[in-house]
Amino acid sequence: MLDDFMVRAALAGLGVVLAAAPLGCFVVWRRMAFFGAATAHAAVLGVALSLALSMSVFAGVLAVSLLMAISVTLLSHRGYAMDTLLGVMAHSSLAFGLVAVSFLTDVRIDLMAYLFGDILAVGRTDLGIIWSGSLLVLGLTLWRWQPLLLATVSEELAHAEGYDPQRESLVLTLALAIVVAVAIKVVGVLLIAALLIIPAATARPFSATPERMALIAAGLGIISVLGGLWGSWNLDTPTGPTIVCVAAILFALLNTIARFERGGKSD
Amino acid sequence: MALSDPIMANPQHPLIDATGVNVRIGGRQILENIELSLSAGEIVTVVGPNGSGKSTLLRALIGAMPVSSGRISRAPGMRVGYVPQRLHIDPTLPLSVGRFLNLPRRHSRRTIAQALARAGIPGRAGAAMSALSGGQFQRALMARALLDEPDLLMLDEASQGLDQTGTADFYRQLEEIRDQLGCGILMVSHDLHVVMRAADRVICLNHHICCQGHPEAVTAAPEYRALFGTDDEEALAIFRHDPHKHPHDHERERERDHAG
Repeated sequence: MLDDFMVRAALAGLGVVLAAAPLGCFVVWRRMAFFGAATAHAAVLGVALSLALSMSVFAGVLAVSLLMAISVTLLSHRGYAMDTLLGVMAHSSLAFGLVAVSFLTDVRIDLMAYLFGDILAVGRTDLGIIWSGSLLVLGLTLWRWQPLLLATVSEELAHAEGYDPQRESLVLTLALAIVVAVAIKVVGVLLIAALLIIPAATARPFSATPERMALIAAGLGIISVLGGLWGSWNLDTPTGPTIVCVAAILFALLNTIARFERGGKSD
Repeated sequence: MALSDPIMANPQHPLIDATGVNVRIGGRQILENIELSLSAGEIVTVVGPNGSGKSTLLRALIGAMPVSSGRISRAPGMRVGYVPQRLHIDPTLPLSVGRFLNLPRRHSRRTIAQALARAGIPGRAGAAMSALSGGQFQRALMARALLDEPDLLMLDEASQGLDQTGTADFYRQLEEIRDQLGCGILMVSHDLHVVMRAADRVICLNHHICCQGHPEAVTAAPEYRALFGTDDEEALAIFRHDPHKHPHDHERERERDHAG
């Protein structure tokens, strides 16, 4: 039943959730949900620029996402409120991106493909980019796992023990930009943040340690990708949004179960 | 083990040394011209009223607070055990006590169990940090700070959340820790009553260092009295064990003896 493009789609989705699960946990723990969304919005500007300069979309998106993430980090240290700053940067870069795309009359692009992703059109090269990006992010996250976790628990403790929390959060920013760049093809700009946050949030009530939360989130991500592909095949729905829908349904279902279990214990 | 440590073997060199440190936050001068140094085996207490810059001083010393001018030098390779005043763990982060103690270096199950037992919360490795009471939480922080046998232990209002006996035990433990590890201890407190007894040296801080020295000398200093007033007479009396000057305390003590 699975044609070749379905296998490629599944592999692309699995590649993204493998990196997104542990990274998404940090996004949740550090209350950076809006930060991830803002980085993704900025990616539209990256798409426009890379098409205008006829360079690889992956590189353009990576560059703009990084620029956005780093400038937000730097500006927030100067006393701007983080959420205001993100609101300004995210939406203005999205707007500039959409305006810039409209100037590209000689290039016919399907903007929808970047906003919502086109996982069924993933080619062999895309697959290579997605997996190398994901493995890079996974490696970065695992390498800095302990210091990142310490800096998440307390920046002061990290300082006292000779770590630089600023540098650790830069690692996280870099990883976030890479995930956004590789995930554009899979779920699109508007839904990347969902893939980061929803599985991690679903895993929380079932986890006693940070590691278990990341593992469970990865498992839920895999189920969402495969379930979403299956659903979109059978229901003839757009694939990226269907993947996110499955993740959301899992969240609602499992959190309700967890709530009932806890309620049953305390009564 | 601690004695063979190069840092310990050289008590002439201070563990941490601050010269002319100024910290300004948003145009406000929080710390002014701080001169401070601390050597191995010393217990130094920083006292001062609320908002006098005590916590900022500790944060500057560990490098979490950038200094506007001045210099802070730390002994190379020095291990710092830091017990912050408050630690908020986000409810989205599942963290057991054992996992917390394994940050950022992992230790064997046995080492963790021993550390928790020593801190007075045995068998709590599997408990979630969020499930601990204030006092237990403070003990877990302490257990973690001691795990790597620090050269310098820094405590910011560390007796918070402990009851009276807990507080007394806590400060008695500090001297034991100092004797066992040979480490320097720098703590911040506004709990004058107990702190004075444990300290070798007291630094009285109100944005600048008003006075410092042996506890008894400091409490007699006019700068100290200007800051804390004389309503600490009772505390000082306990410290000095001077029953003639404060017969009330003595009477109360006697009553307690009779009752017991």
